Amino acid sequence: MIRQRLSRLFGDARHIQLSILGLLLAVNLVEVDFGADPASAAVAVGAGIATQILCSRLVGLPRAELRSAVIAALSLSLLLRGDALWVHALAAVIAIGAKFLVRVRGKHIFNPSALGIAVLIFATDHAWVSPGQWGTNLWFALLLSLLGFCVLHASRRTDIVLFYLFCHCGLLLARALWLGDPLAITLNQLQNGSLLLFAFFMISDPRTIPDARRGRFLFAALVALVAHWLAFHWHFRPALYAALVGLSPLIPLLDRLFPADRFEWTTPAGRRDLQPC
Amino acid sequence: MLKYVTGSALAAMMLLTAGNAQAFCGFYVAQADAKLFNKASKVVVAYQNKGLNDHDTAITMASDYQGDPREFAVVVPVPTFIERKQIGVVEIATIDHLDAYTAPRLVEYRDGDPCYKPPDRGYPITAMSAPAMAKAGMAMPDRYRGVTVEARYDVAEYDVSILSAKESDGLSNWLTDNGYKLPDGAPAVLGSYIKQGMRFFIAKVNLDRMKDMGHGFLRPLQVRYHSLKFMIPIRLGTLNANGPQDLIAYILSPRGRVEATNYQTVALPTGSNVPLYVKQDFGAFYKAMFERAVARKDMKAVFLEYGWDMAWCDPCAADPLKNSELVELGARWIESDDAAVFKGRGPGSVYVTRLHARYDAQHFPEDLMLQETPNRENFQGRYVLNHPWQGQADCEAGDRYYDSLPDRFSREAETLADLTGWDKAAIGARMEETGQSFTSKRPSGLGTFFKRLIE
Repeated sequence: MIRQRLSRLFGDARHIQLSILGLLLAVNLVEVDFGADPASAAVAVGAGIATQILCSRLVGLPRAELRSAVIAALSLSLLLRGDALWVHALAAVIAIGAKFLVRVRGKHIFNPSALGIAVLIFATDHAWVSPGQWGTNLWFALLLSLLGFCVLHASRRTDIVLFYLFCHCGLLLARALWLGDPLAITLNQLQNGSLLLFAFFMISDPRTIPDARRGRFLFAALVALVAHWLAFHWHFRPALYAALVGLSPLIPLLDRLFPADRFEWTTPAGRRDLQPC
Repeated sequence: MLKYVTGSALAAMMLLTAGNAQAFCGFYVAQADAKLFNKASKVVVAYQNKGLNDHDTAITMASDYQGDPREFAVVVPVPTFIERKQIGVVEIATIDHLDAYTAPRLVEYRDGDPCYKPPDRGYPITAMSAPAMAKAGMAMPDRYRGVTVEARYDVAEYDVSILSAKESDGLSNWLTDNGYKLPDGAPAVLGSYIKQGMRFFIAKVNLDRMKDMGHGFLRPLQVRYHSLKFMIPIRLGTLNANGPQDLIAYILSPRGRVEATNYQTVALPTGSNVPLYVKQDFGAFYKAMFERAVARKDMKAVFLEYGWDMAWCDPCAADPLKNSELVELGARWIESDDAAVFKGRGPGSVYVTRLHARYDAQHFPEDLMLQETPNRENFQGRYVLNHPWQGQADCEAGDRYYDSLPDRFSREAETLADLTGWDKAAIGARMEETGQSFTSKRPSGLGTFFKRLIE
């Protein structure tokens, strides 16, 4: 009986994601200066849930799927910084709203939280990301990696995390070799909580990545390349999110080039109430 | 003949010096047995982001070099070619003024008479700042392959050259042959900067002009450039350092707080009530507190010590800066350069961020990358002295007040021990010596009893 319940609870990767993001938010609120703050997080979660409910009604879904909305809002709370509460509310509305509005062949193409972050940073003068604020503590990086691997294991298609980290590390190493820089610099660049959050919780979102493994590999490599170009040539700090959002319109093309089955959160047996996100 | 090389601040500046104990955040290289070590470097960065590809930066580097001016020289990697009009000198007093204005501060409050009104929050009496923690192309022979002296300028007491290089060997040879003794590892770091397209700004002292100008000391040099690179290069500075060094960066921006993007930015502990005797040696307190804060972060963090709109301050640790001083430090976007006190608002505003890092090659392997944020929240390193009531307080409220003081002093002692790592018993003894007793001073005895009975 208990085993069945546990299996049902953790069979859906979103429950693990929710637990991990909640834990990370708690750590961030307590430990990190100039990090997340409770009011912004509450506003983001509230606005995300409200948008999800409203959009679900408008498109006539039998019920609103709140887990994905909360996951996106928690990611926003962890990564986005604003100088007013409306920044977080607007980011959450854009993130969730775009899932319903920007769809190609029934699949939304933008990662919700990356889109919210990118739009707010480009379109307003009130938002920013703080990539250094997680600190470079190795222990914390390890913890995040392990937690992230749980999600990897749980949601099947997140092989893209490994592809992406492989490409990202490879590019950093290649740059260090070219410049003659010590490995300590590459390690400093990798020991970064924001990078791991991006890899494990954002680019890995199985609903907004190519369906086929080859497509995912190509997409991960492109995101890594563009992010490096933005970061090192243009000295652009939110390079990861801008690269992911900028390249997302390629996903339908990659899906056409490399067709494969669409990902669903629930197993075939549990597909009775399939939601759009 | 230049004898020693030290590198430093900005983008790995190298300072040639034979002197002792200079405070540049750069590295010091001693020829022979000269003992050189760094204390604290002060760098003022004025940064204005005018658009996606339109960023202005002015970097001013202060050195407290006291040695023979003939043996001073400095090498700073810069991201672009530098014209004569992009170089200047700044009065050291202006940087000292900004330093005093942004320094962690001690604030005093005095308790009111507990018998006549409820103790109020008091009012600030004085603010005192902590003392600073430490006070045109020419052909080249093959040996200098790839090195081009792109320009030479006379800048006040300095002779300045702008070099570009294609390979580190040629540049290292040129520097070595021109009297710069490079530390181990310098060619590799120079090579990295060369590949990143950086040029090298080299300055040494022109003694004749220095004599004509009548300066007995070397003024800080300022370089202004147009580049997307918003960073303080510290790598060269770690190569020959004798232990960790301190960098205090004062960053002026019209937009808001500046933070590091590749290291954690942490708020200095602030707002605590500390024992009254801290006033006698606030410098020692600040130093000990900073060292403990650094240790708690395993030396892997940059500390925010001050972040505030420069149009006002509360309390002000020093007189507000004038328009002319801010323009001198590179904030050329403000509306006036007259001698009036700065009050700029809107696009002409200035937000100052004071960042303090203790760094070495192991904990800070990479240059300090910065970003501007729209966050205009105020922050200051501020420590509170709360003087107890010194008059008569012979009433029940006074009794409660006197009974509460030992606990309050005890909390102050605990706070100080926690902030600085000093021994709590020693703190307690020092507090007793300086009038903060841990026993209640409530009036007692028969006299008091009858007096109150009659009243």
